Amino acid sequence: MKLHEYQSKELLASFGVPVPGGDVADNSRDAEKIAELYGGRVVVKAQVLMGGRGKAGGVKIFDDAGEAGRFTRELIGKRLVSPQNPAGIVVEKVLVAERVEIEKEFYVAALLDRAQQKEVIMISAKGGVDIEQVAAETPDAIVRLYVNTKWGLCDYEIRDAVERAEIDRRAARQMVLLIQRIYHAYLSSDATLVEINPCVLTADGRVIAVDAKVTLDDNALFRHAEFAQASDESAEDPIEAEAAKRGIAYVKLDGDVGVIGNGAGLVMLTLDEVARAGRKAANFLDVGGGAQAERVKQCVELVLMDTNVKSLLINIFGGITRGDEVANGVVNALEELDVKLPIVARIEGTNAEEAKRILAGANLIPADTVQEAAAKIAELSA
Amino acid sequence: MLVDKNTRLIVQGITGREGGFHARQMIEYGTRVVAGVTPGKGGSKFDSVPVFDSVARAVQETDANASVIFVPAPFAADAILESEAAGLPFVCAITEGIPQRDMVRVVNRLAENGTCRLLGPNCPGAIAPERCKVGIMPARVFKRGPVGLVSRSGTLTYEIVQELTNAGLGQSTCVGVGGDPLLGMRFVDVLPMFEEDPETEAVVLIGEIGGSDEEEASVYIRTMSKPVVAFISGRTAPPGKRMGHAGAIISRGVGDPESKVKALRAAGAAVAETTADIPVLIRRALENR
Repeated sequence: MKLHEYQSKELLASFGVPVPGGDVADNSRDAEKIAELYGGRVVVKAQVLMGGRGKAGGVKIFDDAGEAGRFTRELIGKRLVSPQNPAGIVVEKVLVAERVEIEKEFYVAALLDRAQQKEVIMISAKGGVDIEQVAAETPDAIVRLYVNTKWGLCDYEIRDAVERAEIDRRAARQMVLLIQRIYHAYLSSDATLVEINPCVLTADGRVIAVDAKVTLDDNALFRHAEFAQASDESAEDPIEAEAAKRGIAYVKLDGDVGVIGNGAGLVMLTLDEVARAGRKAANFLDVGGGAQAERVKQCVELVLMDTNVKSLLINIFGGITRGDEVANGVVNALEELDVKLPIVARIEGTNAEEAKRILAGANLIPADTVQEAAAKIAELSA
Repeated sequence: MLVDKNTRLIVQGITGREGGFHARQMIEYGTRVVAGVTPGKGGSKFDSVPVFDSVARAVQETDANASVIFVPAPFAADAILESEAAGLPFVCAITEGIPQRDMVRVVNRLAENGTCRLLGPNCPGAIAPERCKVGIMPARVFKRGPVGLVSRSGTLTYEIVQELTNAGLGQSTCVGVGGDPLLGMRFVDVLPMFEEDPETEAVVLIGEIGGSDEEEASVYIRTMSKPVVAFISGRTAPPGKRMGHAGAIISRGVGDPESKVKALRAAGAAVAETTADIPVLIRRALENR
């Protein structure tokens, strides 16, 4: 689960990480009031979970509280679109934050290095820009400090890493403390990513986290009651939010072929085959192992919430999942939801014969292989 | 290799719904399930299998040499460590959704001690067709033969195994390493076993987007004497989206399919464009040997 910037900063501040003053607002009056606390010298930032927010016009600097309020009024309810997120996201909240006089910008992050199977602290003196670009152009500018799971992070290791990263000497001592606190926050909240970009040295010599991204481990939310509220706000797409509520693995994509399958690998294969047949999938959906008829019906309902969907491809390889259960779920869904879209179904594995009998009664197009199913979908859409 | 007629298996979580169902399926397949473990239920029986309170006790009483874990995610990391501490050399974790922080501790401790091989978590297990099954695979699609298979995905494995079996190409051992970002055994750990295994004549590797396990595997494939046919799923997935498996995400410039296909081809593996090509490529590889 990705946290908004303001949520990320609240979390980090509770672990002692210095962040600029400010607060979140969902209307122009509140935004203006917050701005007045800082003499109008604020930055207003749209709270949307997408890359390229600044370039999309979601961030602006002000000297006057009234203007900050007016900008907020324009921004709330507006859809921001960026190259990273062409569909765009509607702004519901803004963060009104105190402006800081920046002298130097750094980069700090705590995350997992999959290949090394260790947690790693990444530090760079080249902050404020896209870190992937830094990694591609000047990989030596990023220093990696691996965490020993037994002993944790030692100050002397961080001091050494900060020096190697050529962080300004005036910031060094504060950086050591900041990194300890970031790592503590990362561990204690079961985060999979804490990223501060930029982390700045101000003109008056303070080190502050000016932006912050925190991603929490969905699998560990059961031991963090404190994030229950945050999860309501973090959805990047309304159908994905509904899917999360129902406990269904669903990812919205930008095509028009609805896809339902079982098992992540098989669903990915199905998307690939749809693309090979010249069409684009509207979604990724994994019904999960051992799905019963009712759950399958819920999945069909979910896929059809996307109004772009023009046809539906169902691809099930039954192991624990029984083909007849899936078939019954599909048939029930078609009747109850009064579905008019063309549907291609391919059900293999456990109880596949019975599944085929059940589906034969409904208005479906059968297929024997995933390649054949994708070809039939492509024909329908042509 | 990994699992066979000598495997004496403990099922951790045997009294749960999933654990119980699959324990019966494994027994039916011929796997020697010698014990179950559920803390608090020691002294009882599951069908004819004795249940113990701890893995240590189960090992002591039954001489078990492997364990398969169906324990719910909040307790699964602990179950893995318990099996390691009891001295088991092989543990297979089926459980999906174990917190990342727990798995960081588990994989680092196992690597440091070096006494226990972990398969998974979030994996379908391992099967030596017609001899032994440790996991949840649908048994009827598998057939004994010369093809070794290692995969990051469960259902996709069943799909491809069925195509192999239908084409008359049986399997020596099939290993599902799992779909999580942090895993016990990875491709680089399983491939050398196939290279050594006298029954395996060719290997199918089923990868997917995310991470760099396929690239790392390529370095080893270069040195292998046996032919490898690879397939990568998720080739049309957009970056930044987690495609079901926690590990299947293209992020920060790592994990894209082109890099994997390129590395595998450069290492001499045949990369199949669709699953239907896999049996064809395997047959060609076997004929050219």
